[in-house]
Amino acid sequence: MAPRFFCGLMGPQGATQSLDAAGIDRAMVRIAHEIHEKNPGRLADLVLIGIPKRGDTLARRIAAVLARDHAVVAPVGVLDITMYRDDIGSRASLPKPSDLPGSIDGKTIVLVDDVLYTGRSVRAAMDALIDFGRPKAIQLAVLVDRGHRELPIRADYVGKNIPTAPGANVKVELKEDDGAEQVLVEEGNG
Amino acid sequence: MTSRDGRTTAPGSLLIRGGRVIDPATGTDGVMDVLLSDGKVAKTGPGLDAGGGTIIEAKGLVVAPGFVDVHVHLREPGEEGKETIATGTRAAAMGGVTTVVAMPNTVPPIDTPAMIAYVLSRAAQDGVVRVRPAGCISHERKGEVMADLAGLKEAGAVAFSDDGNSVMNALLARRAMINTRILNVPYVEHAEDASLVDAGVMHEGRVSLRLGLAGRSPLAEDLIVARDLLLAEATGAHLHVAHVSSRRSLEMIREAKARGVPVTCEATPHHLVLTDEAVGEFDTSAKVLPPLRSEEHRLALIAAVKDGTVDVIASDHAPHGPLEKEVEFAQAASGMVGLETMLPLALEVLVRSGAMDLPGLVRLLSSAPARLFHLAGGTLAAGSPADVTVFDPELAWTVDPRAFSSKGRNTPFAGRKVRGRAVDVIVGGRIVVRDGGLV
Amino acid sequence: MTTVDSLSAKDLLGIEPLSRDEIQLILDTARTLSDVAKHPIKKVPALRGRTMVNLFYEASTRTRTSFELAAVRLSADVVNINVQASSVVKGETLLDTARTLEAMTVDFIVMRHGSSGAPHMLARNLKASVINAGDGQHEHPTQALLDLYTVREKLGSIEGKTITLIGDIQHSRVARSDLIAFTKMGAKVRFCGPPTLLSADFGALGAEVHHDLKSALTGADVVYVLRLQFERHRMGLMPSVKAYTQQYAITSERVKWAKPGALVMHPGPMNRGVEIAPEVADGPTSVIVDQVANGIAVRMAVLYLLEAGRTKRAAAGGVS
Repeated sequence: MAPRFFCGLMGPQGATQSLDAAGIDRAMVRIAHEIHEKNPGRLADLVLIGIPKRGDTLARRIAAVLARDHAVVAPVGVLDITMYRDDIGSRASLPKPSDLPGSIDGKTIVLVDDVLYTGRSVRAAMDALIDFGRPKAIQLAVLVDRGHRELPIRADYVGKNIPTAPGANVKVELKEDDGAEQVLVEEGNG
Repeated sequence: MTSRDGRTTAPGSLLIRGGRVIDPATGTDGVMDVLLSDGKVAKTGPGLDAGGGTIIEAKGLVVAPGFVDVHVHLREPGEEGKETIATGTRAAAMGGVTTVVAMPNTVPPIDTPAMIAYVLSRAAQDGVVRVRPAGCISHERKGEVMADLAGLKEAGAVAFSDDGNSVMNALLARRAMINTRILNVPYVEHAEDASLVDAGVMHEGRVSLRLGLAGRSPLAEDLIVARDLLLAEATGAHLHVAHVSSRRSLEMIREAKARGVPVTCEATPHHLVLTDEAVGEFDTSAKVLPPLRSEEHRLALIAAVKDGTVDVIASDHAPHGPLEKEVEFAQAASGMVGLETMLPLALEVLVRSGAMDLPGLVRLLSSAPARLFHLAGGTLAAGSPADVTVFDPELAWTVDPRAFSSKGRNTPFAGRKVRGRAVDVIVGGRIVVRDGGLV
Repeated sequence: MTTVDSLSAKDLLGIEPLSRDEIQLILDTARTLSDVAKHPIKKVPALRGRTMVNLFYEASTRTRTSFELAAVRLSADVVNINVQASSVVKGETLLDTARTLEAMTVDFIVMRHGSSGAPHMLARNLKASVINAGDGQHEHPTQALLDLYTVREKLGSIEGKTITLIGDIQHSRVARSDLIAFTKMGAKVRFCGPPTLLSADFGALGAEVHHDLKSALTGADVVYVLRLQFERHRMGLMPSVKAYTQQYAITSERVKWAKPGALVMHPGPMNRGVEIAPEVADGPTSVIVDQVANGIAVRMAVLYLLEAGRTKRAAAGGVS
């Protein structure tokens, strides 16, 4: 991984840091808290399911906070949505294995993703989930909501709302996946 | 006056000035003029007077006897969708060929004197070069009953062949040879043992194995060549082996010639230039009989041309339409067009490669075939027919089948950059190609 | 880790045009997609709205069904053309048949044909992706891919392994595709059969040519038995079926000549008791049934990756 240099908030290529490591950490704690608050009586049936690549990392972190701060043990799963996307071929789109922790029938699922944008990934994830079983409820947790929804989808838990221009690129970097730990907004040119 | 091949001779004179005149029959090779008069070659030499006739400037060009192609499929009658005498002879002219021997495997085949007369009359109407028909050896080309060879010759057949197939019946082949000897006409064999080739569609070897296509072993050619050499030796007939492709066959022909067996043979440009690799990924334009063979055979063929085992170059011009070629490889018709690419390919593989000099090639394209098939022409000696090909051996062009005068577009050479092209072509004193275009 | 994420060509005509990376990609993708069969709902919507035609000029229930299931599991629509009942018998050319299909906006044409190169001719003339499901004696690429997949699953890797194919190599498209496939992936391929059914020229194509079964099997990791076509005897290519069986049939004694635990494979359908003894076909190291199951996942991967490549080229401004 090439080293990255930042001068204040502006990086090279016009990238602005919107969240640092501490900010991401606080977001995890808050989301775990809100999940705990919102699901009284259902905590035993709670399952966190991350959408790769970074959603599964975030799901594991939220599960860890739930265990630490709220003594809730929620199983964590990974859901690959490649075969449910509506844009085959337009991006690197190789299917990866899904790994769900047992049956999801009757469970309260919290889908976890890094960035909520058009809503299409979440739509694909819900279709995929429903092919695996019949959960009681599906909720959505995201680290960043950057707006520009194209589908009637809204997150139940948001780490940070970051209003962006349509051409901008929101880049989430996590220690486990990327080495670095931050959220960057790169001003694209559309 | 109309000659037997349907060409009228042009009155008046024509002077071809300042070219490199190559006439192997007379041993001429030098810059000089050629004067044509009343359909004949009047004189060859320096500083000739045009006598008020037309002048063709040939400076920097080669002036040769019109080429004689002893192996051409004109497809008329019966398959006019593929080629006609009109289009086929124009393709010949564009390739510098002034006499074609038309193969008799038309539909119906040329197996009666009336059919010979028909082809000649069509040639007189529509042809722009001389058409000399070959007649079938057997009735309906079935290899069973001998055709009326004497009648065919009387009507104008200059050779006999069941081309497309070998005469598989040895008794028929033997008797036909006895008769062709009496008639003094070449017996032309398409040498491939039909029972051995079975369902083969390309050369049997590494490429056929890779492509999973049934192979045709060179043994199929060798068996018939061996048989025919024995028969020719026994009967004294002039055996002409068409489109030889196998190394072993060439060795046998070489050996037979050394013993005085009256055998001659031809090589096609495609067998000299290409190997079975040209089939690539099932390219039907490279499907031909006998098949394009491996490099070993190709090199043996070049060596045989070089040492005189091969007597003539012939195109085996075989036009087919998309209906015959845009099908599964095994179902596709065999053959490729060749009249319009023969000269540059022969120059490439025989002259520019250093295998022989230019007069050597001109001999294989003109005087040698004319002599073997007893045809007028093939020389610029005074009194000969005024059939002349003026060509530029260096002119670079790219083979574009859409630009062919032939109806056939079936060539594996499409897109190939070649050098050498007929510029002016004269048949019986008439200009049929001028500056590289049909008149 | 492979460096490609879709198939570069429009069609899958053979193993030969595939790169090693592309083969790896197909196998990895097939591995993931094999999970779909374990889902409560055994399909994913990836190819929803796409149409695949099974155009089979030779009967093959096994391969046709496998392609059909692969397409169905990806939510593509499938049309089976019954060639006997179609206009093929009325003298329509292959190209006309194909153009007719294309006019009906078909995305994939899966073709089985008795003539080597028939799918290549089709592919040159059509925008649809053509998948070769066996052409004459040329190639049967998806069979080779599922064979690779099966060996990798069972032995952990392909590289360095020795695969011995026994039988009528000369007329076998499976043998050709397997030769190219296993060689490309770093395995050694041996061919074994009587000289009339195994040309020495195969050596030049990269195979080790054996006419003696024992030497061919010694040290082999995979014993791959090909189906014997009885008409080869009528063609004079073997003295008799019995003579073949005596010399080349894989029996439980002979299979011991290979490495202990060597896999036994067969592309099916089997002539039990002819080229393979029943106890070997059903033996503990036989993976013949796995081959069939793996065929679906591999064909799903091929369909998906061809589609991914096509959309990718379209997005890049190329022609799809």
